[in-house]
Amino acid sequence: MSKLLEVNNLSTSFFTKFGEVKAVNNISFDLEPGQVLAIVGESGSGKSVTSMSVMRLVAKGGKIVNGSIMFDGKDLAKLSEKEMSKIRGKEISMIFQDPMTCLNPVFTIGNQMEESLKLHFKGMTASERHTKMLDMMEKVGLSNPEERLKQYPHELSGGMRQRIMIAMSLLCGPKLLIADEPTTALDVTIQAQIMDLMRDLSEELNTAIILITHDLGVVASIADRVNVMYCGEIVESAPVKDLYYKPLHPYTWGLLKALPRLDMKENELQPIPGSTPDLLLEQKGCPFFDRCDHAMECCRDGKPPIYEVEKGHFAKCWRYHPEFKEEQ
Amino acid sequence: MEKKKLVEVKHLKKHFTIQNSGSLFKANKDILKAVDDVSFDIYEGETLGLVGESGCGKTTLGRTIMRLYDPTGGEILFEGNDISKLNTKELAPFRKDMHMIFQDPYASLNPRMTVTEIIMESMINDTDLPAEKRKERVLELLELVGLNSDHATRFPHEFSGGQRQRVGIARSLAANPKFIVCDEPISALDVSIQAQVVNLLKELQHKLGLTYLFIAHDLSMVQYISDRVGVMYLGKMVELADSDVLYSTPLHPYTEALMSAIPIPDPDVEETKRRIIVEGEVPSPINPPSGCAFNTRCPKATERCRKECPSLKEVIPGHFVACHLYEK
Ligand SMILES: Nc1ncnc2c1ncn2[C@@H]1O[C@H](COP(=O)(O)OP(=O)(O)O)[C@@H](O)[C@H]1O
Ligand SMILES: Nc1ncnc2c1ncn2[C@@H]1O[C@H](COP(=O)(O)OP(=O)(O)O)[C@@H](O)[C@H]1O
Ligand code: SF4
Ligand SMILES: [Mg+2]
Ligand SMILES: [Mg+2]
Repeated sequence: MSKLLEVNNLSTSFFTKFGEVKAVNNISFDLEPGQVLAIVGESGSGKSVTSMSVMRLVAKGGKIVNGSIMFDGKDLAKLSEKEMSKIRGKEISMIFQDPMTCLNPVFTIGNQMEESLKLHFKGMTASERHTKMLDMMEKVGLSNPEERLKQYPHELSGGMRQRIMIAMSLLCGPKLLIADEPTTALDVTIQAQIMDLMRDLSEELNTAIILITHDLGVVASIADRVNVMYCGEIVESAPVKDLYYKPLHPYTWGLLKALPRLDMKENELQPIPGSTPDLLLEQKGCPFFDRCDHAMECCRDGKPPIYEVEKGHFAKCWRYHPEFKEEQ
Repeated sequence: MEKKKLVEVKHLKKHFTIQNSGSLFKANKDILKAVDDVSFDIYEGETLGLVGESGCGKTTLGRTIMRLYDPTGGEILFEGNDISKLNTKELAPFRKDMHMIFQDPYASLNPRMTVTEIIMESMINDTDLPAEKRKERVLELLELVGLNSDHATRFPHEFSGGQRQRVGIARSLAANPKFIVCDEPISALDVSIQAQVVNLLKELQHKLGLTYLFIAHDLSMVQYISDRVGVMYLGKMVELADSDVLYSTPLHPYTEALMSAIPIPDPDVEETKRRIIVEGEVPSPINPPSGCAFNTRCPKATERCRKECPSLKEVIPGHFVACHLYEK
């Protein structure tokens, strides 16, 4: 199948007074139309910076220093701000953990939804816009849509705001939706509602989704593919079942063993020792080296390349070097 | 062997008075029933987990038991002594027996004090250890929580999140308490670090015979660490049972929905699981629904549920539930 998004050797850095922070360090991945790709990893591993790079919204002080982001035949990394603004919100849209970061408190929900239709569909009449908005509100399960359009963001609960954000982000029929921790701030019963909605919508509208989360339960419930990030690098990338049932990278092994499972009693948890290294320090070798139970001499001195160990299943670890042999 | 009750909570209430703008015919005060008629026991040496969505009263319950709040009504017995009505001076002898660990170790540690000073402060307040023994005890405590003497002279900002939580735990152990309320101690930590802290808490319980009230919204982690788990909804305890029983045979419709809402990190399980999605959101605690507080979202609610509030009853030995479905 043809690709919707192809990210190649992307690096994004922040230039701070302490030095260069390589927030995203030479990552490559792709996405097919309609596919759900999850990005997991601990806080600070570069998940949000990856998505902000794709949106070309990297915060001040940061910049894409290398690589290409091919979307629908265009390299987003090279587009002008004017060209990018035609894609943002129309072809690619985004929702965040806190919907209030994108909702303007002084305008009604209706005003804000209509703005993006006005911007991207110049020929649409007011009544066409109205119908389209109501239609989308219903799709995301908001009751009394007419009422809601007249309300201000602060009059709605967290769960409803996130539904509004989803409605807004889908309004212009994007090919790609990036959701950055969309349910992290919500309670579990509301999270279940929102995930259910996202599953339905991705099937119905065939929108591709990049879902950023730290919750491996959420990933298991929706993703087709998973990228595991660690210290700005993608250390493993696999179809969802392969990641859970045949994980390859020692960090992924560690993550899965550190997780309790509600449906199993007494699986002893095995924490990953230590904590993530400081991104300001130059990593000569594998960034997981000090925490890895399997580390070898070579891991300290050289960064492992990414190996395609099985078709579509990648791991960035020296264990997959052709000459590696398990010690007895 | 007869289990000994360390803490007995009887009809405990904590109501807050909230100012509102008021109007001509309305008082400008509302009563918010954060904890409303809650009764349960905590046995010596056990971990009692407490779960429920944000705002359901978990923190308030923990703080009221610790007597950081004055209860509005009811009793709290600690080793048989009613501490609910004691004044500050009368409480002093009980203070060293109970401690609290907080979610955000950073906010609860004084940034201008070294680790030694932080731990000593807690010792001076709560123990009569002579000055020359205190340094030694600090090192002992640091070792107990997996830190070492190098850490003793550092400041909180020099630690990672997981290490800071270890410092918080060392501080709470300084006075040799019997009972520790852990309020979301791992919620701010990454998955790989959560297991470190939880395993440490388990190990300390084993070594020191501690009793925990473990509050968290991550049900999987609560189930892993707890012997028994209580479920709260809008200020009430709605179910209390052994932790594995609560997952395998939840009785309360809310518990059932809550359990089904937790995504399991296993794609095959997620693919085949029956999801119970409760609609709507938690109502406001200022104007809770009449009758059973869950009736507005409960798929099984009857007329009776809208009128009468069910009380918590032991329907199977050791399994308590507050729901009309289980009342004769
Ligand atoms: N505005 C910024 N200035 C400097 N560094 C930043 C900025 N935003 C992010 N970073 C750094 O980039 C790294 C990756 O951040 P991010 O992508 O937000 O992580 P996460 O995986 O938690 O989403 C972090 O180490 C963070 O410190
Ligand atoms: N000091 C306070 N004053 C007024 N209301 C409070 C106070 N503390 C908590 N509340 C309210 O009491 C309810 C229970 O809060 P809390 O115990 O913090 O819940 P949880 O810990 O389960 O999230 C919430 O509605 C909260 O807004
Ligand atoms: S490259 Fe070496 S240190 Fe890195 S994960 Fe693989 S075995 Fe461990
Ligand atoms: Mg992020
Ligand atoms: Mg709380």
